[in-house]
Amino acid sequence: MDLPISDIHKQSVKSLDTSSLLKNAARQRDARKFSSFPIIDVDCHHYENESLSEIVKYIDDPVLKQMGMVYTGGGTGGQTPFNPAGVGYQDVAGRVTRYPLRKTETTPGDDQHRDVHLSLRWMDAMGVDYVCLFPTPMLSLGLHPQPEIEAALAKAYNRWLLENITAKEERIKTMMYVPFSDPDAAYETVKEFGDHPDVIGFMIVSVRYQAVHSNAYMKTYALMEELGKPLGFHSNYNWNDRLVGNSNRFLVTHALGFTVYNAVHLCNWVVNAMPERFPKLKTVWIESGLAWIPWVMQRLDNDYKMRWSEAPSLKGLPSDYMREMFYTSQPMEMPDNLDVLKTTFDLINADDQLLWASDYPHWDMDVPSVIYDLPFLDERQKHKMLGGNAIDLFNLDISPRFPNYKPV
Amino acid sequence: MAKEILVGKASEFKEGDKKIVPNGKNSEIGVYLVHGNWYAYANLCPHQGGPACEGLMMAKVEEVIAEDKTFQGMKFNHDEMHIVCPWHGWEFDIANGEAVADRKWSLRKFEVDVRGEDVYVLA
Repeated sequence: MDLPISDIHKQSVKSLDTSSLLKNAARQRDARKFSSFPIIDVDCHHYENESLSEIVKYIDDPVLKQMGMVYTGGGTGGQTPFNPAGVGYQDVAGRVTRYPLRKTETTPGDDQHRDVHLSLRWMDAMGVDYVCLFPTPMLSLGLHPQPEIEAALAKAYNRWLLENITAKEERIKTMMYVPFSDPDAAYETVKEFGDHPDVIGFMIVSVRYQAVHSNAYMKTYALMEELGKPLGFHSNYNWNDRLVGNSNRFLVTHALGFTVYNAVHLCNWVVNAMPERFPKLKTVWIESGLAWIPWVMQRLDNDYKMRWSEAPSLKGLPSDYMREMFYTSQPMEMPDNLDVLKTTFDLINADDQLLWASDYPHWDMDVPSVIYDLPFLDERQKHKMLGGNAIDLFNLDISPRFPNYKPV
Repeated sequence: MAKEILVGKASEFKEGDKKIVPNGKNSEIGVYLVHGNWYAYANLCPHQGGPACEGLMMAKVEEVIAEDKTFQGMKFNHDEMHIVCPWHGWEFDIANGEAVADRKWSLRKFEVDVRGEDVYVLA
């Protein structure tokens, strides 16, 4: 097909084949012998909007279900009742070609879901054993003006995902989407799905304006803690946000947006001493990169020492609590001076707390070599960050080792 | 001594074309004809290893700033063409292979030798 490369030019390109696109990742995989140790991807995605016609069938509310069927049937003039996200173009106006070519990729018309076929292609190419799969457009659902829609769609998506994706492929797990705008629905989600074996934790999309320390959520956190599964906060951007969206370039909206929401939630989590209230509930901060963490650590510690009375339940510095939290690596900033990155690793106790993530197929994805090729890590550290830490955190059974890919 | 890889006939290329040829078992080289000049680069992005030559080739984007320093829009400058890596969008100047955002990074460059009708890359 042809892709526009200027206002007057087009370039002919082949249909997308994920395995071919990622052949250099497979070469890295073979050269570095990734098959010799388990690699766990804690944050990757599928495009659940492409299966929305299947998902809406799982909605309980008959009126919302009918609305969903209309929208996913013939459409309603470009409007959507489900996706509150505004404008954005993560693919850099088509330069990241897997976006505009996505629908050209073919998959076998067998019983296996297309999303499973596509996931296994990139997992095998990178040498990934297991993944934690997240949705894509639903990462904006926390902004929906109707909490009941977030609750209804989350429940439908969760059911659909467990029945049609994770149940069909044991290498794919998930942290369950928690509809945080409705505290009761959030609790019910954890209660309904919490002990499912494919649910390795719970995920709150960070782009939202609810306070994580609200009393309304305490019973939900208590239940998560009782279940022994971690809570992740998955970030996103929001160009409609009046502060971080105050930019005319997506670059800024993305660079700041993906960090600021998690920074605010993490600060509130710490100063309200949630780690003291729920000492066994582990938190994971997802897709904010790493550069923001030293910033927040230093700011919180500095203010805390002057304003102790506002966080009196803490028994240590904010950074002490942050050092016990978990962080996914992607998109891992790669400063020219690697001492900066090494310092960040030291500050967060990366040996035990850092979890590699690809974020594939999104535009700023990371391959495993971003960790494996770091000169200041030894082999044991690399293995932990690429898989071992996640195996421990999520208590993953990896006895059926994967992948079963063929070397290039 | 560099080995010669036969790319093909010069007449097979028209302005703006590229051809990706194998360079051994595990690598490729992208050969380009742009603005009448031949270029060849490794199909390997220095960022994370993406197949840079398999991406789009796009003109440089420039801001239009008026004399009073006001922003008037953006335009393509087709005098400077960029190889765009399909993995993450890193852009490389076709003329020298340098990453336009940070020119200390670059694609590995190869010499192209056109002898008669035959185009060779020296790897």
